[in-house]
Amino acid sequence: MAAFEPVLLQRLNKPECKTLEGYRADGGYRTLTRALKEMSPDQVTTVVKDAGLRGRGGAGFPTGLKWTFLPKGNSGPVYLCVNCDESEPCTFNNRYLIECDPHQVLEGIILASYAIRARVAYFYVRYEYGTGTRTMQRAIDELYAAGLLGKNILGTDFSLDVFVHRGAAAYICGEETGLIESLEGRRAWPRIKPPFPAIEGAFRKPTIVNNPETLANVVHIVERGGEWFKSLGVPPDPKNPRDAGSYGSKLYCISGHVNRPGIVELPMGVTLRELLEVHGGGVWKGRKAKGAIPGGNSMGICTEPEFDIPLDFNGPGKVGCLGLGTAAVTVFDETTSIVDVLHNICRFFAHESCGQCTPCREGTAWMLKIVERIKRGQGRLEDLSILEEVADKIGIMPGTTICGLADGAGWPVKTAIRKYRDEFKAYLREGTPKGGTSSGMRLSMAAGH
Amino acid sequence: MSQHHGPKPVSPHAAKVPAGPLPAEIREKIVELLGRYPSKQAVTLPALHLTQDRLRCVPPWAVEEIADLLDLSPAEVHDTLSFYGFFRPATDPLGKKRLWICRSLACALRGADQILDEAAHKLGVEVGGTTADGAITLELAECIGACEAAPACMVDDEHFHHIDQDGVLDKLVGELRQA
Repeated sequence: MAAFEPVLLQRLNKPECKTLEGYRADGGYRTLTRALKEMSPDQVTTVVKDAGLRGRGGAGFPTGLKWTFLPKGNSGPVYLCVNCDESEPCTFNNRYLIECDPHQVLEGIILASYAIRARVAYFYVRYEYGTGTRTMQRAIDELYAAGLLGKNILGTDFSLDVFVHRGAAAYICGEETGLIESLEGRRAWPRIKPPFPAIEGAFRKPTIVNNPETLANVVHIVERGGEWFKSLGVPPDPKNPRDAGSYGSKLYCISGHVNRPGIVELPMGVTLRELLEVHGGGVWKGRKAKGAIPGGNSMGICTEPEFDIPLDFNGPGKVGCLGLGTAAVTVFDETTSIVDVLHNICRFFAHESCGQCTPCREGTAWMLKIVERIKRGQGRLEDLSILEEVADKIGIMPGTTICGLADGAGWPVKTAIRKYRDEFKAYLREGTPKGGTSSGMRLSMAAGH
Repeated sequence: MSQHHGPKPVSPHAAKVPAGPLPAEIREKIVELLGRYPSKQAVTLPALHLTQDRLRCVPPWAVEEIADLLDLSPAEVHDTLSFYGFFRPATDPLGKKRLWICRSLACALRGADQILDEAAHKLGVEVGGTTADGAITLELAECIGACEAAPACMVDDEHFHHIDQDGVLDKLVGELRQA
């Protein structure tokens, strides 16, 4: 099979394309020009919907379908919120997009805004992406100067403003209604849904929240058509009438104990094993893998024998993980204690629970306390079932919280204990993991919680 | 969320935090941003950023001034501010540079916990603390999205990669002390 030609990362090594001039010379904004002159907003929506594009932020909701949820005949404002909060641990695909090819993201933003009839788009970006934020702002300034943003873009009656809005280092702002609350100047406490943002979002107006990678895909779908997009990736499972397929390519992040950490764009459906062995250069130091998180911390953990799962929207679920998530794979080697890994993950969620719902605020804190006591060698055998019980009872799925943060906090706990129970038991008996630990992940004075 | 619990001693360099009002150009920038949003409250985060970028903290008088500019109660501004552990009180302002060391999974698998301890030792401060000369504040960060270059850190909002390599952290700290 011929090597896959990157689409979203085609300008990764073309720094000259970061400027408007360079991007245009490389064919950029041709699709936008054609769409604004030849297509109606609804036609753009239809192309995206028919292509089967699903959101790249984690939930995988069909993008075009989301756009059609906007109220019909609405004459008031509609907003696009670009969710570049990207705070899921081990995830950095959008950082590459905004740092290396800002105009591709902006072309997607303008196309999506046209399709949903938004006149204002807010680019909500996490504070930690200072370089990307400045790159985006420079690109936006160029677009205003060239008449590609502002009033009457390219002489049409379509007008659009894009404003950068910086976050302040809080994971919960990646939850779409948390993002909206944060944008509005309040604490980023997610809202109860429904109403969904498409009906009542930012400033109580219909709002679409999309991920930058999703929007970058829109450019290529409008340019090359839905059939091209569907030629990549994995079609729906015929045995599952609810499966919307995993079409297109995906930016996969690889990190942890691998020889070549990095980012790679591949058609959806690559196996975790191929990603690790071929694209990540295998496990470091000649060791074997013990396991991995397949899509950011909140998706849970899979064991080495489970690495043959395809990384599409369905694959991780087949081994009990929550889903594809952000497709950010972090591998840990055989010498790493599962207790260390779980402690690190629990510490993250306890730190980032927004505190609005009691089950999440208390549950994430208690899971951390219990894992910490296990790690310290003071654990009890019944701690495992207590952890599983807490993890089972917090989240949207058991119906005890407003957003999915708690589901994502519980999933690594449930999968770690279920899949590595013997190691946990041995640790509880002996106080140290079999074979010792070289990960050096420890109870730091810097724990800071 | 908040990285600091319980009363903290007043930092030695807190005395340098100026009294109000906000410099005119900061006020002007805040007012200018009002045009971007349909509600004045939406300018809260940008206003807090502008303030902390300049003052290295957000003093109570600045909260009142921002509230006044945005037609809010100071309590509303404080409610938002206190949600983000990011903003510093006037009793514990940031040093000239904020060094954040990432401790989330991808960095931790490559030694972030030791680096955080090492940095605390080198700087002679606890995590969250500021060197006596007011040059550097050391903080931990949750995943900063630089996992392919782990372990990584940030200085203010810029990433630094592979800080476990020989001398990298020393050199960085040296440069920050001079900044």
